[in-house]
Amino acid sequence: MIKAKHILGGAAALLAAGAVLAAGADLGQAQKQATNWTAIVMFGLFVGITLWITKWAAAKTKTAADFYTAGGGITGFQNGLAIAGDYMSAASFLGISGLVFGSGFDGLIFSIGWLVGWPVITFLMAERLRNLGKFTFADVAGYRFDAGPIRTFAACGSLVVVAFYLIAQMVGAGQLIKLLFGLDYLVAVCMVGAIMMIYVLFGGMTATTWVQIIKAVMLLTGATFMAFAVMMQFGFSPEAMFKRAVEVHSKKDAIMGPGALINDPVSAISVGMALMFGTAGLPHILMRFFTVPSAKEARKSVGWATTWIGYFYILTFIIGFGAITNLIPNPADYFVNGEIAKGLNGGGNMAAVHLSKAVGGDLFMGFISAVAFATILAVVAGLTLSGASAVSHDLYASVWRHGNVDSATELRVSKITTVCLGIFAVLLGIVFEKENVAFMVMLAFAVACSANFPVLFMSVLWKDCTTKGAVAGGTVGLISSVALTIMSPAVWEVSLGHAKGSAMFPYASPAIFSMTAAFVVIYLVSKMDNSAQAAKERALFPAQLIRSETGVGASVSGGH
Amino acid sequence: MKEEDIVERIQKNPKFMQFVKMRNNYSIVLSIMMMVVYFGYILLVAFNKQFLATKISAGAVTSIGIPLGVGVLVFTIVITAIYVRRANNEFDATKDEIVREASK
Repeated sequence: MIKAKHILGGAAALLAAGAVLAAGADLGQAQKQATNWTAIVMFGLFVGITLWITKWAAAKTKTAADFYTAGGGITGFQNGLAIAGDYMSAASFLGISGLVFGSGFDGLIFSIGWLVGWPVITFLMAERLRNLGKFTFADVAGYRFDAGPIRTFAACGSLVVVAFYLIAQMVGAGQLIKLLFGLDYLVAVCMVGAIMMIYVLFGGMTATTWVQIIKAVMLLTGATFMAFAVMMQFGFSPEAMFKRAVEVHSKKDAIMGPGALINDPVSAISVGMALMFGTAGLPHILMRFFTVPSAKEARKSVGWATTWIGYFYILTFIIGFGAITNLIPNPADYFVNGEIAKGLNGGGNMAAVHLSKAVGGDLFMGFISAVAFATILAVVAGLTLSGASAVSHDLYASVWRHGNVDSATELRVSKITTVCLGIFAVLLGIVFEKENVAFMVMLAFAVACSANFPVLFMSVLWKDCTTKGAVAGGTVGLISSVALTIMSPAVWEVSLGHAKGSAMFPYASPAIFSMTAAFVVIYLVSKMDNSAQAAKERALFPAQLIRSETGVGASVSGGH
Repeated sequence: MKEEDIVERIQKNPKFMQFVKMRNNYSIVLSIMMMVVYFGYILLVAFNKQFLATKISAGAVTSIGIPLGVGVLVFTIVITAIYVRRANNEFDATKDEIVREASK
């Protein structure tokens, strides 16, 4: 048990030091495990079912509106599950439970951060997005602003976020398949690229939505069963579970309090801001609000999404503690060479997977492995679809063709873009295989909260905002968030290998500076903008306000 | 009735601006509550780790930080549900009435 101190302590220190709060979003380099046929067969079943659904969805996907928004025919409950499916990634399932397994309490701080963005979306964005937008979030800012610059900016903001998020997912898929299925990295990356392309290309938003719903239901069912099995071992007493965990864990009572995860308050607040407001700027999440028929359903979706995601995070906390109490007493079965000091077979992120074997046997472990991998597939499909719509709807149809384009041509362009993005995603996966991509998801959140969110927020809620202000402020947010992230320790020292302490930007996230800068620039430039175009845009605000608040004139089931 | 006319009538209806103001205030108050709870918890982690590690009662293993943390998760779900419920019933009814008046 003394030996355990080293490895668990080491793993936690790595998690804490490496990318601070971003650690849970990364799966790291993984050792290839023995081929797991149960998991492969289960995953094959999932793919079979989802491809069959894609075939059904393909028959319904005829227009650009069907492709982007499933014709606006998704209910609030379904959309809530799909949003949850989009958001609950393999990294949050395996990463958070792994973090709880390694350091207990710290995992809880982490999961809270990932949930608190949802009320902000509910209170400030969901309904207005639905009322003003049609296919992409650029429609919202584009309501009264000059289409050329604002849509070009919004498409760039979307694509940057999508690209960073894609890298994290593709590399995660490659590492995960080595662990879960015992297959090669390249197999995973190509397989994810190919299957995802089939979903999006033929089934568009309808297929993507159902893939996410099925995945969300599978993940929630699997996690519920695991948490239930763990709680049953302790007669449903959390106190009994914690007591046992403290007995067996090498860190003893330290797992019941905050550890090294947050020490510097500026980083803590900055990461908190990125998570809280970044969620409201993720293009693949925002586009989900256009799939429901009304503002009422949009609110219901986000209400359900918050409920499911929050419930899921409570489960992962129990699963992490369950892994402590079930795995540590049986080192021979779960640890490298049976020695706790050498860590879990496959690394700390495998805690939930090993626990699934402990409570449900090989078959259940196959199920959980398949679900974890299916999770990546669903997230990648959503990302690709939102990237494709940014290119085809914003750049091609609105900016380049000034809206003079028929639905069939627009649909064709989005399909071509989907193929390009699919190939691009596979290439990213290959290029970044050996890189430390722990910071990528945090970077995506930083860009989302510094570029997309301020522009959306100000264009909808501030009457004096103008195109020039929005584009200038958004661009400042975009560039500063990327630049400061590169200069931060997680990238400069950990990924780029510069000397420790040489990072020019000392904090874990740029959000507190880059998001503030974006808002300030939007305000100042808009205030100074006295052009005729600016006057026209301000004059349009009352009409925009009425539409955003009442839905009068809002696009009904997109395109009909 | 043309859409532009409805928009114009809504704009002239004092009830509309009153409604927007009331609802915005409500959204902002809830957003601030959420921020206070979340950033409060984070700052507690940053500045007073000792407090969060305190046991809930003598002889217990569970620390105060755990029910508080789970409490933040539950608070997030509940505050979202409260808004959705009120907006879907009360706010939508007021909004529908304003639109109906303008469409007559």
